[in-house]
Amino acid sequence: MNERLSEEMLPAEDVLRVEGIAKRYGAVTALRDVHIHLERGEVLGLIGDNGAGKSTIIKILTGFLQPDDGRIFVNGQEVRLRSVQYARSLGIETVYQDLALVNELSVYHNMFLKRERLWKPLPFLNNRAMRKQAQEHLERLGIRIPSVDVEVSKLSGGQRQAIAMARAVSSDAKILLLDEPLAAMGAREGAQILDLIRSLKEKDVSIIMIGHNYAQVLEVCDRINLLQHGRITFDKRVAPTLLEEITEIVMREYRTSKVGSG
Amino acid sequence: MAEEVAQDTSPSQTTLEGPPEQREQSSGVIGVLLKLRPLLLRAINIFLKQREASIAVVAVVLVIYFQASNSVFLSKENIALLGQYVAPAAIIAAGEVMLLICGEIDLSVGNVFALAPFLMFRAFDGYGIPLTLSIILALLASAFIGLVNGIVTVYFEVPSLIATLGTFFVLSGLTLIISDAFPALTPAPGTTYADVMGHGTYSGILWAIGILIIMQVVLSRTRWGLHTVATGGNPLGASEVGVNVRRIKIGNFMLTSIFGGLAGILESFRITSIDPKAGGTDIMFAAVAGAVIGGTALQGGLGTVIGAFLGVLVTDILKDGFTILGVSAFDFDLILGTAILVAMILNVRLQKLREAGRQ
Repeated sequence: MNERLSEEMLPAEDVLRVEGIAKRYGAVTALRDVHIHLERGEVLGLIGDNGAGKSTIIKILTGFLQPDDGRIFVNGQEVRLRSVQYARSLGIETVYQDLALVNELSVYHNMFLKRERLWKPLPFLNNRAMRKQAQEHLERLGIRIPSVDVEVSKLSGGQRQAIAMARAVSSDAKILLLDEPLAAMGAREGAQILDLIRSLKEKDVSIIMIGHNYAQVLEVCDRINLLQHGRITFDKRVAPTLLEEITEIVMREYRTSKVGSG
Repeated sequence: MAEEVAQDTSPSQTTLEGPPEQREQSSGVIGVLLKLRPLLLRAINIFLKQREASIAVVAVVLVIYFQASNSVFLSKENIALLGQYVAPAAIIAAGEVMLLICGEIDLSVGNVFALAPFLMFRAFDGYGIPLTLSIILALLASAFIGLVNGIVTVYFEVPSLIATLGTFFVLSGLTLIISDAFPALTPAPGTTYADVMGHGTYSGILWAIGILIIMQVVLSRTRWGLHTVATGGNPLGASEVGVNVRRIKIGNFMLTSIFGGLAGILESFRITSIDPKAGGTDIMFAAVAGAVIGGTALQGGLGTVIGAFLGVLVTDILKDGFTILGVSAFDFDLILGTAILVAMILNVRLQKLREAGRQ
C-alpha cells in the first residue's frame, strides 16, 4: 500500500491483478479479501446482487475510491490507483452506467470532451480534426450512427452506449470497466453492444463487465466471477452448464437468506 | 462515410432541391433562378438551423412593422437611441447567458452595475488613483463579487437563485453606504476618454458588439465554452469525464459580474453621473429575459450569446417602437408583457418548425 513499484513479475498475460482488496465504510464492510485477475484480451463478467460490492470494486479500479487493504497490479507492476486521472494514465478506462454523455453536444464533441484538439498555439477548438478522428475511430470499431455531427440526444440507447464505449477506448485504453452496459436496452440493441464488446476484445482490450442479466453476461464473457457479500465466491470459465450452476448458487443463497431473515 | 456526413450536414437539402431532370430541362432566366434555388434554399436551411434564427426573424418582423408604422423608427437618431438602450443589458446578458448555460443564474449582477462605478469613483476621487487603474480595480472588485457568488453556490451548495438574491441585497447596502445615498459625478467629463468609455453616441453599443463577438467565440469555439455546455447539460457526467465543473461555474459567475461592473461604468460615463439606485432588478431582468427570449434553456445546456443579444434587442425594439407609436405609459408594461409572450410563442413555434425540418 505505498508508491513503491514492485519488480515482482506476474504471468505476462495478467493485465490486471487484485490481491486481497478490502474496503470498509465505517462499520460496514463492503469488500473483504477480494482477489481478481484479468488476462489480456479477456472479458470477465462480474456478477452479484445489489449491494454485493460490484460498484465498490469498479470505483476502486477507477481510482475513485482507495481500498483499505490489499494490492493492485497493472501489467505486473504494483500500483496505487490514487486518482481517476492516474488510473486513466495507466490505461484503465470506465464507462459508467449513466454513460457521462452530454445530450446537447455533438457525438464528436462528446468523444473529445476533456481531450479536445486545438489549433495550437491558438486556444480554439479544431473541430475539423476532432470530427474526422471521431469518424475514423467509430468506423474502425464498426459503430454506425447517422453522423458524428448529430447531437447525442438524437441517438438511441444502444448508440449512446456504443459512443461512450468508443470514447473510453479512444485513448489507448487497455483495460475497460463496463458498469451495466446492457441495462435498460432492448434485445437487438443489447446484441449490438455485445458485438462491440467482442470486437474490442479482438483488439486486445481487456474488459471487466458488470451485469445482472446472467444470460447476456454469459453470452460474451470468457470467465465469470460471482460476488457475494463482499467476497468472490465463484470463479469459472464460461461453459454450457454455467448458467444453471450460477442460478443454483444464487437461488440457494436466496433461500437461506429468506430462512435467515424469517 | 465522408459522403454520408456531407449529406447529413443538410439533411433536408435533397428533398428541397426537387427532381434533377426538372432542373436540366429549364433554360434562360428561369433556368438560372432554378439553378440558384438549391443554393438559396441551402442558405435558408443553414440559417434556420441556428438556434437564434427564430428570434432573428422576430426582430426583423418587428423592425419592418415599426418602420412601416412610423418612418422615424429607422432614423439615425432613433438607431443611436436604441443602441444606448440595448448596450448595458446586452453586455450583462453576454455573461448571464454563460451562467444560464452552465446551469446557474446571477440575480445580483444589477447591483454590481450600481456598485462598480462608485468603487471607481472612490478610488479615483478619494484615493487619487489614476482613472484607468480605478476602473480596473472596480472590475477586479466585481470579479471578486462573482467569486463569492460562485463559492457560495458551488462549495456551500446554496442554489444560485438564493445565493445571488442574498448578495443582491448585500451589494445594494454596500452601494448605499459607499455613496451615502448621494449621486456622484463621473470623472473626466467631455474628454475623448469618456467618449470611449461610454459617453460617445455609439460607444456603448460598440462595446456590446465587441463583447458579443468575443463571448460567442468563447462559447462555440473554445474549450471553456464546450465545458460550459457540458457542465449545464450533464454536470455529473461532465465531472466523471474530468471536466472541472466547479471551476467552470465559478469562472462564469466572475465573468457575469465583471460584465455587470463594466456595463455600470460605461453607463455612468454615458449619463455623466453615478446613481446609487441605478441598475438593480430592472437591468438584471432585462438581461435574463433577453437570454431566455433568445433561446437559452433555464435548466442549462442550451443557449447562445448571439441569441441573448437578439433577445435584449427584441425587447428594446418593442419598448422603443411603442414609445414612437405614442403608446401611453400606463398601457406600456401591459402591452410590452403581452408582446414578450407573443414573441416567445412565435419563437417556440418557429423552433418546432426548425426541428421538424431537421429530421
